[in-house]
Amino acid sequence: MSEATLGQSRRTDVHTSDAAQRRLRRRYAAERRFQLYGLFAIGIALFALGWLLTSIVGRGYTAFTQSRVVLEVEFARDVLDPDATGDRQVLSGANYAALVKSSLREQFPDVSGRRERRALNALVSSGAAFQLREMVLADPSLVGTRRAVSVPLSDDSDMFFKGFIRRDVGESERKLNDAQVGWLDALQERGLVERVFNTTFLTSGDSREPELAGIWGAVVGTTLTLLVTLLLCFPIGVAAAVYLEEFAPTNRWTDLIEVNINNLAAVPSIVFGLLGLAVFLNFFGLPRSAPLVGGMVLALMTLPTVIIAGRAALKAVPPSIREAALGVGASPVQTVLQHVLPLALPGILTGTIIGMARALGESAPLLMIGMVAFIVDIPSGLTSPSTVLPVQVYLWADSPERAFVEKTSAAIMVLLAFLILMNLAAVLLRRKYEQKW
Amino acid sequence: MALASTLPKIVARDVDCFYGDKQALFCVNLDISEKQVTALIGPSGCGKSTFLRCLNRMNDVIDGCRVTGKLELDAEDIYGPDVDVVKLRARVGMVFQKPNPFPKSIYENVAYGPRIHGLVSNRGELDELVEWSLEKAGLLGEVKDRLQEPGTGLSGGQQQRLCIARAIAVSPEVILMDEPCSALDPIATAKIEELTDELRENFTNVIVTHNMQQAARVSQRTAFFHLGILVEEGETGKIFTNPGNERTQDYITGRFG
Amino acid sequence: MAHKHIVHSYEEDLQALGRLIADMGRIAAAQLEGALDALGRRDVELADEVAKRDAEVDALEREIGEAALKALALRQPMAVDLREVVSAIKISSDLERIGDLAKNAAKHAHAIGNGAVAQLMPRIARMGELVRDHLLDVIAAYQKRDPERALETWRGDEEVDDRFNGVFRELLTYMMEDPRTIGTGTHLLFVAKNVERIGDHTANIAETVHYLVRGESPPESRPKGEDTAYTVVEPPTR
Repeated sequence: MSEATLGQSRRTDVHTSDAAQRRLRRRYAAERRFQLYGLFAIGIALFALGWLLTSIVGRGYTAFTQSRVVLEVEFARDVLDPDATGDRQVLSGANYAALVKSSLREQFPDVSGRRERRALNALVSSGAAFQLREMVLADPSLVGTRRAVSVPLSDDSDMFFKGFIRRDVGESERKLNDAQVGWLDALQERGLVERVFNTTFLTSGDSREPELAGIWGAVVGTTLTLLVTLLLCFPIGVAAAVYLEEFAPTNRWTDLIEVNINNLAAVPSIVFGLLGLAVFLNFFGLPRSAPLVGGMVLALMTLPTVIIAGRAALKAVPPSIREAALGVGASPVQTVLQHVLPLALPGILTGTIIGMARALGESAPLLMIGMVAFIVDIPSGLTSPSTVLPVQVYLWADSPERAFVEKTSAAIMVLLAFLILMNLAAVLLRRKYEQKW
Repeated sequence: MALASTLPKIVARDVDCFYGDKQALFCVNLDISEKQVTALIGPSGCGKSTFLRCLNRMNDVIDGCRVTGKLELDAEDIYGPDVDVVKLRARVGMVFQKPNPFPKSIYENVAYGPRIHGLVSNRGELDELVEWSLEKAGLLGEVKDRLQEPGTGLSGGQQQRLCIARAIAVSPEVILMDEPCSALDPIATAKIEELTDELRENFTNVIVTHNMQQAARVSQRTAFFHLGILVEEGETGKIFTNPGNERTQDYITGRFG
Repeated sequence: MAHKHIVHSYEEDLQALGRLIADMGRIAAAQLEGALDALGRRDVELADEVAKRDAEVDALEREIGEAALKALALRQPMAVDLREVVSAIKISSDLERIGDLAKNAAKHAHAIGNGAVAQLMPRIARMGELVRDHLLDVIAAYQKRDPERALETWRGDEEVDDRFNGVFRELLTYMMEDPRTIGTGTHLLFVAKNVERIGDHTANIAETVHYLVRGESPPESRPKGEDTAYTVVEPPTR
């Protein structure tokens, strides 16, 4: 192409020639490809999430129901209180397991022999005796009466009714022998077996017996721990972010601090656990397994995240607002507290929630400070021994009983629900404080 | 009184300003007369905004900014060691290029300054002051019925007048305006210009503007800055018909090379 | 002007305005010359032609007025540019008056007889030539933006006035001595006055040129030599 024709084409049809059309089509094609990549990526993410959720829910939803058996229980005076003292001490020390056993014998009078009887008694949870004791202690007039009581079945019976123990496999390969299966069938035929919502799971602490194990202890432990974390990391983090962003001079020291904070955010969480063990437990002598210490360790871990997010949020506040406040004669502190911080708050909240969510899912540093212990009681305070949800998941996942499989998944579901609640709270707070400018 | 009004409100003598190693102002000497509008003009980066921000020490917040020389407000050193910056800024108010009302109600925007400076003792006085300021800023009629609505919901011109109301609510002696109309349409600009002229009764006004017609319209005196140097200062009528300096002439006639 | 405008078309507009003024000035000078020529040779046809060509000067004045108005509205000129535009308006108005005066002078060619008094015509013509030179000078000064040259012609107006005074006295004397000369003499009086007025307008232009360049009026007050208002010629005693 000569200079002249080049100039000619430049002038007239640069944007209308066939070549131009082809260029345009290529550009659109590239654009569509790019969108497809994005859709593909989102598709993979959604698929993974869907898979995760279905597998967890599919495995865990059964944990929210429980098989119980309705037994006619004779609160026999000669067993509970032979001397008719009415003394609580006597009542609480009585052999309630005998009541359960005799009720079962009533159902199956022809079962004889120690082995068979033990096999029969094993169908009902050991928690049944505790339940009867609670009932009598709450209402001593029950002694000497006879009434139908719904008591929990053992984990194996529960598994059988939920279909996880199958009758078509060989007797040696399942946890229940043929006799036990027969008795369970009989109980069901008599209409004594019921499937109810598993309140135990949501209200009690951990237990060696899967049918008696609950998540509430871990939920309370998590709540207390995160409360400590929040109370520590939010004010300290915000204060640090405000100082670094609004007041600190830019020099070598603040640069150094900034680099360190950024590095700390990437330090593996177990290191914080070791730090907590060395400083809080060994040096300061704080109690083991306590939400107080757990919260402190998690606060250390979360602080860098909060500070970084806080600084970013403060930086995002338009400088014009600062100038406006300074311009009418506000002092720097007034400027920050009355104008900049309220505007940065939604961003800081987001950062805090991200940090808290990470803290919520953290188990490694807590293992270091002893929160992995087996704790049955619901924690009553910041220093009482407790565990947290992710550690509970870890503990149950490690347990051999078949019934703990569904419990593990259910615990994960509770963990997720906790997370969603936290995020919801964050969204609501954000919406409340968010302002347009 | 006649004597007082002939004394300049602000005196600048040999003022240099540095941002780190970069010198932004070179030996500026300028008198700003009381109750007059002084316009600072010049190309971008000429130091006019820097000079303006020296007058209420808004440059203090910038790291590495240093001012030397003598800057006096009513014969009091602005950069003196015992000067309270908060008080200085109460005496020397500022209106910025981009309207920047606080994301609060119209009322709160105006009430903020008097409140932090403790200028009023009760709610009634505050109400009165807010109303007076809005009236002075020519905004009261437009917002009377919606004082509790957010200031950010107003139009650009209204927002800028709200910022002026906010500035005058503190009863400053001097109002600095940094290109107050650069983001506004001509009608809103005209309103601000008219307002500037009216405010001359009570306030000393220094306005930075890129718009030479605007400088010509609103000011009594004009100062031309170029490359950090105050090239020429004089009566506005003279500067815009017969400037003494060739660089001034080149700038205001659009001949800059 | 040290630098050019950043906006090219603005620069061009102002230059075009300057060219129009220069053109108009030269045409006005030519009109004056034509008028003097027609009067000197009693050439009625040339006189009519001069009268007709005045329309051209008027048209130029309108054109300059419009261009100046446009520049004011569209460019908002400042400082020297503002003076440029305002000067263009003032100069064009002076030149238009000069054109009118030249036309009026030319018209008298119809009425000038051949009497004794007509021998004064060459003196008037020389005065006219002086005025024309001044006019051309001041136009050149305008084009060169030379206030000194403009001031020179401005001061030169005194001589024109002196000559007019002389012509005025002589005409009065002629007419007093011989009433038959009154007809031609009156016409010549008008012609001389017109030429003198052209000189005044030329001085106006010189002042405008000085203002355009320096931004102020000439430092001294205007030399006024014309004193015919007080001239009294006593009739000869019989």
